[in-house]
Amino acid sequence: MSAEDKNINQGSLQMANAKPSTDEFIKGLWRDNPVFVQVLGMCPVLAVSNTALNALAMGLATTFVLLMSNILVSLLRNFIPKQVRIASYILIIATFVTITDYAIQAISVELHKSLGAFISLIVVNCLILSRAEAFASKNTLGKSIADALGMGLGFVFALFCLGAVREILGSGTFFDIALFPSGFQEWVVMILPAGGFFTLAIWLLIFNVFKERKQKDE
Amino acid sequence: MSDSLWNIFIGSSLINNFVLAYFLGICPFLGVSAKMETATKMGGAVTFVMLISSMCAYGIHAFLVAINAPFLQLISFIVVIASTVQLVEMFVKKMSPTLFKALGIFLPLITTNCAILGLALFQTSKGYNFLESFVYALGAAAGFTLALILIAGLREQLEFAEVPKTVKGAALTLLIAGILSMAFMGFSGLSF
Repeated sequence: MSAEDKNINQGSLQMANAKPSTDEFIKGLWRDNPVFVQVLGMCPVLAVSNTALNALAMGLATTFVLLMSNILVSLLRNFIPKQVRIASYILIIATFVTITDYAIQAISVELHKSLGAFISLIVVNCLILSRAEAFASKNTLGKSIADALGMGLGFVFALFCLGAVREILGSGTFFDIALFPSGFQEWVVMILPAGGFFTLAIWLLIFNVFKERKQKDE
Repeated sequence: MSDSLWNIFIGSSLINNFVLAYFLGICPFLGVSAKMETATKMGGAVTFVMLISSMCAYGIHAFLVAINAPFLQLISFIVVIASTVQLVEMFVKKMSPTLFKALGIFLPLITTNCAILGLALFQTSKGYNFLESFVYALGAAAGFTLALILIAGLREQLEFAEVPKTVKGAALTLLIAGILSMAFMGFSGLSF
């Protein structure tokens, strides 16, 4: 996470403090979307978005960890000493990631295989740590839950946008259902790593265009 | 293990480059790659932490298997990485204050670099022995540094190009990364 991202987080935090919980929820979905606007947590976004199903599963797993860690951090915010707070947050996050990892393995071995090490890597998703540090450690339980749900669903939304585009163009399917007649030539590059970079770049571009239009209107 | 050490090195540095093929360590990749100088230093620091944490991870994995507690793997790995980074930070501060100043905020941020945790997890799941883990870490670190330096060089050149305002920033870096990633696909024929 760069220093720039931190500034954005703190900026949004100060703005958010004066507003009700519903606003915390909505800001994560759109205005401060973690992927498209804050550019946080890129690694899983690119790595597991080769199909819509993988993207959705990964997004939901991340949301669960984000929600639980935000709840716990918010509850413990008056007990954790300042000096060891980052280490404590990471331990809390790692515990919930381990739980998620075993839960996914129990639900679907196949899904666990296709997501691979990236479930464990949720630990180092900068999005979760930054929400714990910038929001949950300073706000009440209710607000922290709203924030986690908003940010989490924003993350799911972004992952799904990427996964859907990559699956439709790269394999010609959507949730494993064939979309095109048999003559369709798949864009193999979309499934490959390069496709992930390109798709994300194009989504960022679209968001930038929207942002600029809005600024012009104002 | 049928893989030779050379194959492991080439595999982790070029063919399955951590940044361009596995998407690990994208955050510093986007954040610190604007200037050649910081990119090189970041690469050096990451290399150091990777080598140490990879060796520690090997020991921890062996220990956790011995006491039959694999569910503690993730938690102990992240603690080891965090303390390694802390150790490196103290060491650099004592030995070379100038380098410490130059690295600045990037040193503590290495903790949340997914490439390092990813390395520890991958080497465990592949079942590498101590020497193989070391070579794997060396390759991964070389690959990370290479990718960082390549993109920093390209971005420095792009400073002089006229780019539409909308494209500037993360979107442009990702486009370059995509092209680099396609270029690195050419290495996939290298394994022998």
